[in-house]
Amino acid sequence: MSEKPVLLEIKNLHARVEEKEILRGIDLVIREGETHAIMGPNGSGKSTLASVLAGREEYEVTGGEVIYKGKDLLEMAPEERAQEGVFLAFQYPVEIPGVSNTYFLKAALNAIRKHNGQDEINPVEFLKLVREKMALVEMDQSLLNRSVNEGFSGGEKKRCEIFQMAVLNPTLSILDETDSGLDIDALKIVSNGVNQLRDERHASIVVTHYQRLLNYIVPDFVHVLYQGRIVESGGKELALQLEAQGYESIKEVQEAVAS
Amino acid sequence: MSTSTLSALALRDPRKEKLQERTREAKVRYLMAFDSGQSRREREPEWLQARRASAIAHFEHNGFPTVRDEDWKYTDITSAANLICEPQFGLPTARDEKLESSEIQQFLLNTQNALRLVFVNGQLAPHLSTLDDLPKGVSLLGMRDAIQSHGALLQAHLGRYAEADANAFVALNTALFTDGAFIHLRKNAAPAAPIHLLYVNTAPLTAAKVRNLVILEAGAKAKVVESYVSLTDDSYLTNVVTEIVAERDANLDHYKEQLESDSAYHIATTQIKADDEANVQSHTFTFGGAISRHDANAVMNGEHIEVTLNGLYLAGGSQLMDNHTVMDHAKPNCHSFEEYVGVLDGKAVGVFNGKIFVRPDAQKTDAKQSNRALLLSRDAEVNTKPQLEIFADDVKCTHGATIGELDDEALFYLRARGVNKNDARDMLIYAFAHAVLENVSIPELREQLENQLMQRLRH
Repeated sequence: MSEKPVLLEIKNLHARVEEKEILRGIDLVIREGETHAIMGPNGSGKSTLASVLAGREEYEVTGGEVIYKGKDLLEMAPEERAQEGVFLAFQYPVEIPGVSNTYFLKAALNAIRKHNGQDEINPVEFLKLVREKMALVEMDQSLLNRSVNEGFSGGEKKRCEIFQMAVLNPTLSILDETDSGLDIDALKIVSNGVNQLRDERHASIVVTHYQRLLNYIVPDFVHVLYQGRIVESGGKELALQLEAQGYESIKEVQEAVAS
Repeated sequence: MSTSTLSALALRDPRKEKLQERTREAKVRYLMAFDSGQSRREREPEWLQARRASAIAHFEHNGFPTVRDEDWKYTDITSAANLICEPQFGLPTARDEKLESSEIQQFLLNTQNALRLVFVNGQLAPHLSTLDDLPKGVSLLGMRDAIQSHGALLQAHLGRYAEADANAFVALNTALFTDGAFIHLRKNAAPAAPIHLLYVNTAPLTAAKVRNLVILEAGAKAKVVESYVSLTDDSYLTNVVTEIVAERDANLDHYKEQLESDSAYHIATTQIKADDEANVQSHTFTFGGAISRHDANAVMNGEHIEVTLNGLYLAGGSQLMDNHTVMDHAKPNCHSFEEYVGVLDGKAVGVFNGKIFVRPDAQKTDAKQSNRALLLSRDAEVNTKPQLEIFADDVKCTHGATIGELDDEALFYLRARGVNKNDARDMLIYAFAHAVLENVSIPELREQLENQLMQRLRH
């Protein structure tokens, strides 16, 4: 069986925020259709990796490269990355008073379509798409005309992220701690939404602290991030092993190696 | 030599001193112009002559304000005062009969049957105005004509509310106004269509002194829009005083949009007097002008009155926009709401001063004031000052002032979804400013203002 084409290749990526080096040499290859889980203790650099891939400007890349669809991802502005099919589901979705969900989502979708040489979506088609994808995450339609994330509960915000993802139909999704703050029912709904978007082409990076989410979104690969490096990679069973042993075992091994 | 004298010498600015000297000359020329208009005024009723004489006496005594006056601390009007020292100053500008309706089409409210008065360089243009077939109980005409036809009403109200002793521009307006709008609604009159007052400037160095009077008798209901626009990029001065009287249970939605040329000076006072159970909303939209000053003052002279004073200003380049407001709670059980929102870019300067007076009698007052400013550049500046003077003990008064920049997190969120940086910026600024437009009750006006906002945000 021939391997699928590479979608994203991260080579020796270093990044810092202010004066603190957080990513210290990440290597990772993601092929089309794959789901990769990134796990690790607090402060290991998981969210930093997600932010650097999405183009958050507070993070300074100090070394290495990221090739996405054969292009230099780090050269692209955040909007260009999104237009090329990268989607970051935020750990803390931002409230934007005065901008309605519908207006925002239509602007985003049309910006992506324009980038891909497509016409603006017609209103009827847009409404149909929105209805369909809201149903996917069991989101209340009344949220559509409200301001982006304003007054949403933690669970509603996370559902809304997955809803946006479903509408924008990215090639690479990065879910940053999407499970944080979700109860078990919301977790199932969100996971179900993510799973329905999985296909041959679409790849995901699932950043999480807990194995729990991976019961629902079953990854092809699991990577353990520790002190800014991937220290272990394996299949989905690695997550279960971590769950059983905790991150302490990783820390011990790493400290033993270091000394 | 003492230190203070030394620093005073060091701060001497010859250019400024020259301007101040010229401002003193301007005052003299104003007084001379008033004298030269004597024969024209002699044809006016005696009560009006007396009010004009009293106003010019106040001006003679007080002169133009300077930045040493607390109320004009951030707004140096020396250039505006000097501008009006032009030869035609003091005389009514010739009516521009040539102006065609097609030239003002872009400024008209896109509503059916809007009642309209159009003024060109301060003078009524009858051929562009709706003067016939007015709805029942509605009088709508030019002030100059109203002096002849509605003398008793004018005598009862004109100049009774806007204080010539407190504001030099009100004094000059009262002393020298030549025209403006007169609106009178009889008891319970409620025309369905909005009344649109359009003031068009067509020439440089004009100094229009517009005097408006709006009287709503008991139970009357109206929507009134004042629009100040220009067909040129020239420098000129518009000096407006609008007095509004809302009698018992009257209901007024008042809008003022200032779309003057970016070289113009616009100095205006809106003075509201409300009686028992009246409801007055006054919204000010400031987009144009080099220097713009608007005083919105409301006196609640009865019980169970509700007054709203809202404002939106959008300043760029080196524009200065100054909003002063006074909410005067004179009697118990009144509610007032106030929200001023500003967006400032370039080297623009914004000023907001919001006074709330609660008089000793005014128990159960509920007053809310908020002002928010968004600074888009390092060089933009806003000076904000809420000023609450409360002399009653059973009242609710809240005020809040925020000054901020665009939220980087929100900007990143929008960009991370594919929205281009400039569009994301515009979206956030628009959302910030739009809150004030949501209260505009005339859909066509709201749409026009939304378009203005959108256009002015374009880079």
